[in-house]
Amino acid sequence: MGVGIEVINLNAWYGSNHTLQDINLNIPANHATALIGPSGCGKSTFVRCINRMHETNPIGRVTGTIRIGEIDVYKDAKPVEIRRRVGMVFQRPNPFPTMSIYDNVAAGLKLNGYANRRALDEIVEKSLKNSALWDEVKDDLKKKSGASLSGGQQQRLCIARALAVDPEVLLMDEPASALDPVSTSKIEDLIFQLKSQYTIVIVTHNMQQAARVAEKTGFFLNGRMVEFDSTHKIFTNPSDKRTEDYITGRFG
Amino acid sequence: MSRETYKIRSQMRTVADGVVTGLAILATVIVVVPLIAIFAYLIYKGASSLNVAFFTKVPAPVGETGGGMANAILGSAMVLALASAIGVPIGIGGGIFLAEFGRGTKLAAAIRFTADVLNGVPSIVMGLAAYSLIVVPMGHFSGYAGGVALGFMMIPTVCRTSEEMLLMVPHAIREAALGLGVPNWRSVLSITVKTASPGIITGCMLAFARVAGETAPLVFTALGNQFWSTDLNQPIAALPLQIYVYALSPYDDWHRLAWAGSLVLIILIVFAVSLVRFVTSRGVLKGAS
Repeated sequence: MGVGIEVINLNAWYGSNHTLQDINLNIPANHATALIGPSGCGKSTFVRCINRMHETNPIGRVTGTIRIGEIDVYKDAKPVEIRRRVGMVFQRPNPFPTMSIYDNVAAGLKLNGYANRRALDEIVEKSLKNSALWDEVKDDLKKKSGASLSGGQQQRLCIARALAVDPEVLLMDEPASALDPVSTSKIEDLIFQLKSQYTIVIVTHNMQQAARVAEKTGFFLNGRMVEFDSTHKIFTNPSDKRTEDYITGRFG
Repeated sequence: MSRETYKIRSQMRTVADGVVTGLAILATVIVVVPLIAIFAYLIYKGASSLNVAFFTKVPAPVGETGGGMANAILGSAMVLALASAIGVPIGIGGGIFLAEFGRGTKLAAAIRFTADVLNGVPSIVMGLAAYSLIVVPMGHFSGYAGGVALGFMMIPTVCRTSEEMLLMVPHAIREAALGLGVPNWRSVLSITVKTASPGIITGCMLAFARVAGETAPLVFTALGNQFWSTDLNQPIAALPLQIYVYALSPYDDWHRLAWAGSLVLIILIVFAVSLVRFVTSRGVLKGAS
């Protein structure tokens, strides 16, 4: 089951560039939350703070508090432990090119020393079913490389890979922006199904997508969160003028 | 633009395309011709002297005809195995450090510079270094000294190509591993190195092929041996050394054997490289290269 995420006074920097300023919000458990905003507004940096990927960049720095359920992300645990609880799907599909489809899905578990073969078989099957890829790949799980799939299939493979480690939160950084419309709608259907089991945070440039999949939407601008409300409210009756300008296409 | 000028420009493009394609083909031919010529000449000169005895007998004493280079083939294999055992792990380890753990540090810059200088050290100097560091203290020439000299020559090539290949692994792949909660060291060994492995293997093969034909570093170290010996602690025969000695000799019979030895040396290198390629290109790895 997913858990909620509480963000208090989060600030982040790239070198001297203050990319996130005083972010406060509560992301509800077992819902999809969309983050929208123009390029460079800090929404990707924000999700990368949640699973502590931001600090893998040598010039990245973070202050503030993020709680996932009861856990304080920056105080209670090591980055690798947080990343096992918080799965991430990136903008471009990035399957491990040297691994078979099976090994891609099992990678998170295998590389962390999990070796029960029968359990692995089950987890791989379940994860691929959850990511709606099972029927397309079940016959060549171990024969084909993850890189041999189409772009949309690769992205669903990456989702399966993230699900296999059994996270509570799933972060998606523009998961469909490199995909064609058919693959995009498959990913969106998937988000719809997955949000009953996981807390999903999705960064997107596509406002229709945010409207379709998310209950809550946050609007970011220049490193600040301008507005955070129900998706319906944001797209029909935003309280902030800047949000309205953005969703009506006056800038960005 | 009028239709006429359009036609003329189109023709000019066709001509330019033809010229550039022609130059590229010419360059390819210039690259391939020497290789084929050398190989053809070796076959012409050496193939007639190849027989079972060449692969099974040790060199005949001076004045007698016949004999072979069985001891030199085995000696070369043993010395090269030792060299690879030294050069490959140290080189790959250094490359991993440069590309993954030491990126941007002064130590990495120093190592990179040292490796490049080491790469430029003449092979005979490597032989002299191994001579003074191993042969002199031990009191005798040995296969060990030869293997060490060749191994050290392999290190910079393996190290720098490994680094280059690791740096070519897309950042997205590393992030994917880190995002799964895989510790950095594990991600480097199991994901980055594995993804770069076709390139790293090519680097190792290049280094191997280069030292396999080296004569100079062996003159002061392995020395050569006219007899059957499998003891790396003693002077040991090697194909390049044997070729060198035979080619400079006054006997026609030895000249023929030197040609045959050169042919065998090239074939063995091609064989070893192909074997490694074959073994490593099976399975899912294939899709990666």
